[in-house]
Amino acid sequence: MIKNLRTEKLKNLRTGILLFFSFSVFSFFSSSVLLFAQPVSSSELINNAKQYDGKIVTYSGEVIGDVMLRGEFAWVNINDGKNALGVWMSAALAQEIKFTGNYKARGDRLEIVGVFHHACPEHGGDLDIHGRFLRKIASGRMVKEKLNFDKVSLIFILLGVLFLTWILTLFKRK
Amino acid sequence: MILRPRLEDLKIIGFYLGKIILGLALTMVIPILIALCFGEINPALDFFISIEISVLFGLLLIKICQTDKDLNWMQGMIVVSLSWLVAMVLGAIPLYLSGHWKSFLDACFDAMSGFATTGLTLVGDLDHLSYTHNLWRHLIMFLGGQGIVVIALSFFVRGFSGAFKMYVGEARDEKIMPNVINTSRFIWLVSIVYLILGTLALGLTGIFNGMQPLNSFFHGACNFMAAFDTGGFSPQSQNILYYHSFVYEVITVIIMVLGAINFKLHYHLWMGNRKEIIKNIETRTLFITVIATFSIVAVGLAQTGIYPTAVMLFRKGFYQLISGHTGTGFQTIYAQQFSADWNPLALVGVIIAMALGGAVCSTTGAIKMLRIGIILKAFKEDLKRIIMPERAIVIEKFHHIREVFLEDKLVRGALMITLAYIILYGLGTLVGMFYGHPFLEALFESTSAAANVGLSCGITNPAMPAALKITYIIQMWAGRLEFMSVFTILGFLFASIKGKR
Repeated sequence: MIKNLRTEKLKNLRTGILLFFSFSVFSFFSSSVLLFAQPVSSSELINNAKQYDGKIVTYSGEVIGDVMLRGEFAWVNINDGKNALGVWMSAALAQEIKFTGNYKARGDRLEIVGVFHHACPEHGGDLDIHGRFLRKIASGRMVKEKLNFDKVSLIFILLGVLFLTWILTLFKRK
Repeated sequence: MILRPRLEDLKIIGFYLGKIILGLALTMVIPILIALCFGEINPALDFFISIEISVLFGLLLIKICQTDKDLNWMQGMIVVSLSWLVAMVLGAIPLYLSGHWKSFLDACFDAMSGFATTGLTLVGDLDHLSYTHNLWRHLIMFLGGQGIVVIALSFFVRGFSGAFKMYVGEARDEKIMPNVINTSRFIWLVSIVYLILGTLALGLTGIFNGMQPLNSFFHGACNFMAAFDTGGFSPQSQNILYYHSFVYEVITVIIMVLGAINFKLHYHLWMGNRKEIIKNIETRTLFITVIATFSIVAVGLAQTGIYPTAVMLFRKGFYQLISGHTGTGFQTIYAQQFSADWNPLALVGVIIAMALGGAVCSTTGAIKMLRIGIILKAFKEDLKRIIMPERAIVIEKFHHIREVFLEDKLVRGALMITLAYIILYGLGTLVGMFYGHPFLEALFESTSAAANVGLSCGITNPAMPAALKITYIIQMWAGRLEFMSVFTILGFLFASIKGKR
């Protein structure tokens, strides 16, 4: 009898914990993901950093510069066209990045879901995002540089003028 | 009676200006070499065009104004102030051709910001800029930091008495060695030795932080040039925040402080006279003002509560403060954060630091430590006079390489330049406020431009009005040359119109 009562109490407790946990997870995601399902711009995040502090945000943009591996983690800087924000993510997630933006390449376009920090306590007060999920929106590519013939023409014209000036100065000297 | 300048004056000015332009054209060979190394074709073309225009212009001036006469004081000052304006225009050509600057005025803004070692920028899409153009942005800081005329003096001008006049015109009134040419060469020696050491330190730190080796050393060289010459440009749009590294920040702080020290002091340190650093009025004043201004910033930031731990507060507060005080302009926060997150007290702390600057005969701008030290000593002397008996003879001395008696002439000079800077800060603030910016933000940006700092609270951007861009260009120019050459050229223009034959 006592044993049955204990089992039932344990069951109730387990159900309670499960319900509480489910409710917590739901409320956490409903308050964050539902609010920030749409990507937030870097300007919005920087200008209203206090409002977004500690919240889960979705941020998207082009990976620029280097993917800086730091042990099991990596720093990835993502530029949305206005500003670049630092995203701290696991090295495993960063492995999905194939192209980073520079003069000769367009970087992968990523969508990051992660926790935004107004002044990150782990990283000396940096304004950053701790990325949890990553989705590649578009792959990057190498940019083939085309020779600008207008500039080449201008170089030859200027060279001609320079040569002519030099000849004239020779005459003047004589 | 004001005399109208003669044709001979114009010829002498034109001749030496032409020589300096040829010197500038020669420096454009360096980015071309970089372009060839990195296989960047179109950027190389931009520099070929710029070299040709510069050589053509320089050659024409030299040939038309051919003279063997030496410069007098007025001509020397005018050559200096004009060469900075011409360098801005010629230096802006490759930037504009890259397509990353919206207008030629924007490119001129960045060129002047670079040469004057300010660091304010209007570049668009910096993260996709070529290595070649990026190097040029930093190289012009390196050249401007040592002084455009110093380059010409070091490599192109064979000893003549006018050299000293141009050297002084570039806000360098202290000779390290008896000969001004040797002084220029020593400045280059110091800079190049530090360039190698600094690039190594930053490059290795970058690799340790996960950057690609080539990129890391390139960034190291660029950031060294920007830090030592207290410039503030960086190869990426996030500035120093890009690296997310405490060690990188520490190294850049050391380089910034080295850049803010008088080259004369560097010479004494190199010669083993280490006591000079403790005794020198400039280092003492710098130490006191850094502590005082950081205290203001720390209290301000503590009030906001944005950085709850001491480490965070120090890392963010001290970095921006020392960057402002040394006139560098490196940032580890976003420009908008100054106005959004920092309170007025913290901003005032940074503004005061920016307005004070580093040492004379260094690469910093602003009022500078020697003048602040002299003014403080003068206050002390006057206070002593009030306290002590009337018959007492009050003598005040200070140590700057040697013991110097505080004379009224010195105090007057220091106060004059200080006043000129305050007026310059104020005028820029008024223009900023005219365009609708709040007082504190307008003062912040104006001080940053006139003191050649480069910290920004967000006002400087490609969309700002052209008049404000021109105002900041003038402030950067006048602030870098410390007024004398600028006043001379204004006087020259006035004499050209109103003077008698």
